[in-house]
Amino acid sequence: MCATCGCSDDGGARVIDPSRDHEHNHNHEHGEAQLHDPSGEHHEHDPGAGRDRADADRTVLLEQRVLAHNDSIAARNRTWLGDLDILAVNLMSSPGSGKTTLLERTIRALGGESPVSVIEGDQETVFDAERIRATGCRVVQVNTGAGCHLDAAMLDRALRALDPPASSTVFVENVGNLVCPALFDLGEALRVVIMSVTEGADKPLKYPHMFRAADLVLLNKIDLLPYLDFDVDAFRAYLGQVNQEAELLQLSATRGDGAEDWYAWLRARAGSLV
Amino acid sequence: MHELSITQSIVDAIVERMGDRRISAVRIEIGALSGVVADSVRFCFEIVAEETTLAGARLDIDEPPGLGRCRCCATEFEVADPILLCPDCGSADVLVLAGRDLRIKSVEVTSACAPPVGAPTTAERG
Repeated sequence: MCATCGCSDDGGARVIDPSRDHEHNHNHEHGEAQLHDPSGEHHEHDPGAGRDRADADRTVLLEQRVLAHNDSIAARNRTWLGDLDILAVNLMSSPGSGKTTLLERTIRALGGESPVSVIEGDQETVFDAERIRATGCRVVQVNTGAGCHLDAAMLDRALRALDPPASSTVFVENVGNLVCPALFDLGEALRVVIMSVTEGADKPLKYPHMFRAADLVLLNKIDLLPYLDFDVDAFRAYLGQVNQEAELLQLSATRGDGAEDWYAWLRARAGSLV
Repeated sequence: MHELSITQSIVDAIVERMGDRRISAVRIEIGALSGVVADSVRFCFEIVAEETTLAGARLDIDEPPGLGRCRCCATEFEVADPILLCPDCGSADVLVLAGRDLRIKSVEVTSACAPPVGAPTTAERG
């Protein structure tokens, strides 16, 4: 797997920079994204272990968090981003909720204030990266292949390819999925869950892990409310049942209603946005 | 289906910790509020463990219930699902005390080293 251009046939995640000509001449250096094992634990072979009990099993206590490896890479990403004063925002939602449309609008509105760049996550295609690139924004695409979420190691590789400038904002558009991305810390500073009014007000109860993970919930496509029986108050109440801390903002990414509230929320958290 | 990558993380972490020692059983803990489905992990485990030192290992899963404490009335109660409501006062402002963990508890190792796949075997000396 080439970490820079992502050329691979192994079915793993690929990082694609759509601004580069994707010829396989491989003149960049390889191996740069090889992840160092952060656990630092050694596996000394114990030569005397149970020699006279060749068939006896013995129990070894491990007491290790399953996601310890992911979380240690996430912590390293967080430190790296923090040192460079880069605000990373993880955008999560089901497919079709309007993440990319919201990003296009946000980049056009805020891109002039400070540098903004984007990491796009999808199972396949560079469609979303091409849409973001059309706004003039720097973007890399992560194709997860069979994967249903981004993980910290993918973000690590994507950040190396993206190479965002100091004092900037990086939006991470996670794979469209209301279940799996909730479990994987990437090293982001903020988690934003986008939910559109066409999806049904009971989604926080149906997908509580995702809504619990959110710092902010954006209720999108509110321009469609007159045509739907979506109950905003019920949605707010359901959200409160799984997450008391998350803020809720309503907007229309296509028309721009409520977008200023979203920008103000971001500005309050990004030192580089004014 | 994040259980596939969760299961892969479990197998990878054990192989990393235990080196080439052959594993006969694995005990993990999947809290009721962890967001991971134990049955799906069971389904994935056999496939992921194949051709590793965990091949054929037994998988034991502890599923501790969730435990919450109401921030309004301080009642502590068992939580069955991620929708947290105090049974006493009905508040949704609940602190989760337990049930989110996802841990590898222990493994059982056969003390002899696992031979390389396909290695010839010799009769044990009596």
